[in-house]
Amino acid sequence: MLPLATFAQQLILATEETTGGHSGIEPGITSGALVEWAWLIVVVPLVATFLILFFGKKLPMKGWELAVGSIGFVGVYGTILFILNATEGILYEGHLEVAKMGDFIIEWGWMVDGLSIMMYFLVGVVGTLVFVYAKSYMDGDIRFTWFFVSFSLFAGGMLVLVSAPNFLQLIVGWELVGVSSYLLIGHYWEDFENVDAGNKAFMVNKVADAALFIGAIIMAVSVGSFSFNDIIDVVMHGEAGPLSQFGFWAGLAVFIGAMGKSAQFPLHVWLPDAMAGPTPVSALMHAATMVTAGVYLLGRLFPFYLDVGGMFGGDVRNIIIVIGGLTLFLMGLVAIVQDDIKKVLAYSTVSQLGYMVAAMGAGAYTAGLFHLFTHAFFKALLFLGAGSLIHAVHSNDMSDMGGLRKKMPATFWTFILGTLALVAVFPFAGFFSKDEILASIKYAGGSGQDVANSILILGLLGSFITAFYMVRVIALTFFGEYKGAAHPHESPKLMTYPLIVLAFFAVTAGWVNIPGVYTGFTEWVATRVPLVGMGDHHAEGFDWPVVLVSSGLVLVGVVIAWMIYNKDAETNAARDWFRIPVLWPLLENKYFIDDLYMSGVVRPVMGPIASTVLWFDMNVVDGIVNGAGAAGKVLSKGVLVIDDNVVDGVFNASGAVTGASGSVLRRSFTGRVQQYAAFGFVGVIVIVVLFVII
Amino acid sequence: MDWLDNGLALSLVVFLPVVGAGIVLAIPKAQEAAIKWTALIVSLVTLALAVVLAVQFDYSAADTYQFGTAIDTPWIEAINAHFHIGVDGISLPMVVLTTLITMLCIVYSFNHLPEPHNPKLLLAMTLLLGTGMAGTFVALDLVLFFVFFEIVLLPMYFMIGIWGDRGIRYVPIFGWKMEMRLYASLKFFVFTLFGSAFMLLSFLALYFRSGDTLGYNSFSMVELSNIGPAGAFTGTFAFLVFLGLFLGFAVKVPMWPVHTWLPDAHTAAPTIGSVILAAILLKLGTYGFIRIALPILPDEAINWAPFIGVLAVIGIIYGSLACLAQTDMKRLIAYSSVGHMGFVMLGIATLTDIGINAAIIGMVAHGLITGLLFFVVGSMSHRYHTRDMNRLGGAMVSLPRMGLILGFAAMASLGLPSLAGFWGEFMSLMASFDPLEAIGATGLFRGFMVVGAVGTVLTAAYMLYLLRSVIFGEPAEEWVSQEFHDVDTAEWLAWAPLIAGIIAIGIFPKIVFGATNDAVVSLVQKAFGA
Repeated sequence: MLPLATFAQQLILATEETTGGHSGIEPGITSGALVEWAWLIVVVPLVATFLILFFGKKLPMKGWELAVGSIGFVGVYGTILFILNATEGILYEGHLEVAKMGDFIIEWGWMVDGLSIMMYFLVGVVGTLVFVYAKSYMDGDIRFTWFFVSFSLFAGGMLVLVSAPNFLQLIVGWELVGVSSYLLIGHYWEDFENVDAGNKAFMVNKVADAALFIGAIIMAVSVGSFSFNDIIDVVMHGEAGPLSQFGFWAGLAVFIGAMGKSAQFPLHVWLPDAMAGPTPVSALMHAATMVTAGVYLLGRLFPFYLDVGGMFGGDVRNIIIVIGGLTLFLMGLVAIVQDDIKKVLAYSTVSQLGYMVAAMGAGAYTAGLFHLFTHAFFKALLFLGAGSLIHAVHSNDMSDMGGLRKKMPATFWTFILGTLALVAVFPFAGFFSKDEILASIKYAGGSGQDVANSILILGLLGSFITAFYMVRVIALTFFGEYKGAAHPHESPKLMTYPLIVLAFFAVTAGWVNIPGVYTGFTEWVATRVPLVGMGDHHAEGFDWPVVLVSSGLVLVGVVIAWMIYNKDAETNAARDWFRIPVLWPLLENKYFIDDLYMSGVVRPVMGPIASTVLWFDMNVVDGIVNGAGAAGKVLSKGVLVIDDNVVDGVFNASGAVTGASGSVLRRSFTGRVQQYAAFGFVGVIVIVVLFVII
Repeated sequence: MDWLDNGLALSLVVFLPVVGAGIVLAIPKAQEAAIKWTALIVSLVTLALAVVLAVQFDYSAADTYQFGTAIDTPWIEAINAHFHIGVDGISLPMVVLTTLITMLCIVYSFNHLPEPHNPKLLLAMTLLLGTGMAGTFVALDLVLFFVFFEIVLLPMYFMIGIWGDRGIRYVPIFGWKMEMRLYASLKFFVFTLFGSAFMLLSFLALYFRSGDTLGYNSFSMVELSNIGPAGAFTGTFAFLVFLGLFLGFAVKVPMWPVHTWLPDAHTAAPTIGSVILAAILLKLGTYGFIRIALPILPDEAINWAPFIGVLAVIGIIYGSLACLAQTDMKRLIAYSSVGHMGFVMLGIATLTDIGINAAIIGMVAHGLITGLLFFVVGSMSHRYHTRDMNRLGGAMVSLPRMGLILGFAAMASLGLPSLAGFWGEFMSLMASFDPLEAIGATGLFRGFMVVGAVGTVLTAAYMLYLLRSVIFGEPAEEWVSQEFHDVDTAEWLAWAPLIAGIIAIGIFPKIVFGATNDAVVSLVQKAFGA
């Protein structure tokens, strides 16, 4: 184990050099059993995965007890770490060397720092609630046990990812998350629609992963190590060298990798389709945790992108903020036209991820992670709420719902709280985190301020859009007349209790970072890399113009959406009016991006391009071979008699002459020896010629 | 221990299988059980010996040849050829892999015997292959290497020719129609022989030229790799010698564009034939590059590296695209080898320690993964009596366990991190970013890295396409009413070690790197001084 306390101090010193005296938080816990055994957080769910796979079906609750036990363990451990980190500060890094290759050391390890601890807490707590909920939701499913195998694999993969102290382990977790997502999206694989949704998620992520591979390789080779510490060390010291030479390309490639997981425009296309998976999957993987991996990675490499000295990934930030801004705006708009309640939430997730990414692009580490933190709770809540509705009416379509607030009060009230948090109403969670992002973008500073100003406008418009589509959902599902065929009733307690717990967090999670009042969160996530004053613009207090404009737009959005959608019959005119020509079809077709990918890339590659290659192989390349063979056959007729029947001859002979099979082999060998002799003869002649020439 | 140090143990690893083949052939045909058990015991003992060697191996001296015979052990004195064998960190994993795969193929054959029924000949051939393959990996004398390299040809030729697919292969342009097995076995044999004839020429050329430096002519790979970097072979001579070696090894790998024997041979071969072909035989070529071409002719290797790199990345993209157009699942896996071996060759072409390490772990991983894929695909087509992906589907319903294993193998094959296939792929891309400086084509190799990364995407695409067609969806009408026997005992026994190996190497790559790293670093140091 490295003497990490010393290392941390060095790092803090390094920061002081580069930032002019801003020091981080001195961690109180840098050793001890609590952190040294924290690898259990990663290993327990992975072991559980295998146990459920092999023994799950024989257990009384079909493996669920193992799944929930392991994720519950992570939840408890994560909570303990979270509290201790908040009170004392934790900084630790464990290593296990698994191989050496040239000068590179390959190691697995576990990071226990502010950023990782926040993720352990999120994955553990939200995960536990979702697993509890899923017991009831998936009850009677044809592949109940298998579901929890994949789900535990996901939890394990995500924890491998967030505990990673180096790029290799991050990539391992990254793709484990990807593959479990593929399994869960395609959970009902009898239907090709679901399989294709899984394939789409896998492939889009794989494209992004290829970029991530390249970025990781450039960074690792430039620095001579996969370790995030070593990479950040180079950045902190502002060392010119290979990393600064390739800074932009490495940064861009890693960001493209992050775009895949965090579903950023134009690599967002997989996420809405991923709603084919069961709803608990959507809640945990495609809202609260997996899709946050990209934002997490940007946070992990934050000093590289912040790039105080302007030598590394600083230029990439302009791209990041633009991608984030476009994503939050464009995808929010698409959410407005969706009829499937899960699709609304899916596009909403993409849009919110856009906010987080834009924050990272603006250089606001805390703001981006803070929104990641609050969003995990209220988006999980909203998805589980939607799941509760779907469970009750047996349909995803909002036109099969309506008037459900009386029939499903617990779902209704928790959903309202989640909505208030999402649309950023004071004092719910999203209000504080979103406000901080907008304020940060306003003060992004540097050469990117012009860009950031435009993104700020998109961000503010996003407040309106968010309010609009959420109120539309509430109006269509909980108000008006019930339009479905099933007989809905409130979901069982195993489903509503997690909703209530999540609702608690949706209300309170924002209070941990109130500008000018209490900014604990900033310190919690900063123990690893002290960043105070390095681009975060939140500590001084609320930015009142932004708060007021944003809240005003939310209010406008709520009112307009309510006026259009609150009643069924008499407001149809308003709804029709709202179907603006050109824009509406454009949104309904998701800007035709999917079609572009299908007809521009997927179909040509799978179809004509692949067939042409195969045709070329069979006719041209192999044609030459066969031609040579034919020619050789003619030429060599006198020398070598290639008798196809020799094969059958050997076989028949071996069948007939049982006792003396050896002679058969001997005979065939002798035949070959003559051939060898012929070749050898030719060989000697060529050799002689060779030596004469040279 | 004497029997380890004097080369006896290693010789046993090589020659026990052929002795076993002799015993098997002596057993009357009617006593099938005796034949099977004899073959199994022989292969198990061989594997156990190989494991003993791996355990006793001095990993702190992985760059030296261990367990071998003396360099001057006489063999064919007239041409100064010696019976010099030994293993270092590079060949050790290959020897273990060879003995393991041979054993698993025999286990599998306990109740999966291809038609025409003749376990005696089949198992004898398998054992003979075991000797040829292990011998190639331990030979340290070029003549010895050549003999083992060629011994492998015969049993594989018969395996494909006798037990191969009896469907009709139509050859376009020439309009030939012949049985798949006959066409494929002949193509395999002639193609490989063509390559190895040039290889032999190069061996002979090295032999004669070595006298200029050594004072006597030598086939010793050790001696040749000592004088090679010192400049014993230069100019046109070196170029032509490398060309000969290249042809011999490239056909075996196979590299684009001399790969077309492979899809036919793999598709036509009986299941264990495909497994051995994919798992071991292809590695004879890449191993030849690492063990012979690079150390003996380092300057030529530097000249050839960009060319080899180009062929490697063409192979990656081309092989993957050809897979996407397949409707025969066995042929799809066969073509996938072209792509995967492209990554291995890309690693070798970088001439760096990382690249060659990547190549070796890539070879081992490909052996385990593609071996497993061919096993599963073979078992599936045995049950469905078809390999046509248009007719298949819904294996997760009909054969859930086998479907799951196919899914696992496909994920491993597409290079999922945490499974064995990842390391070779990722590390060879990594090496391409920073190839040997002396090549002077760093920019080009960085281009290879990007193209290779695109290749990983295409690899994922065709593997998902395979899974979609074979295991997902509802089973087609023709299968619904049929009862299928899911994975049986012999299959479990043959596959479980592969599955375990894939996971173990994925999580703990030291299993391979621990042996190879020092040997590779020293090889690169000696040959390229970097």
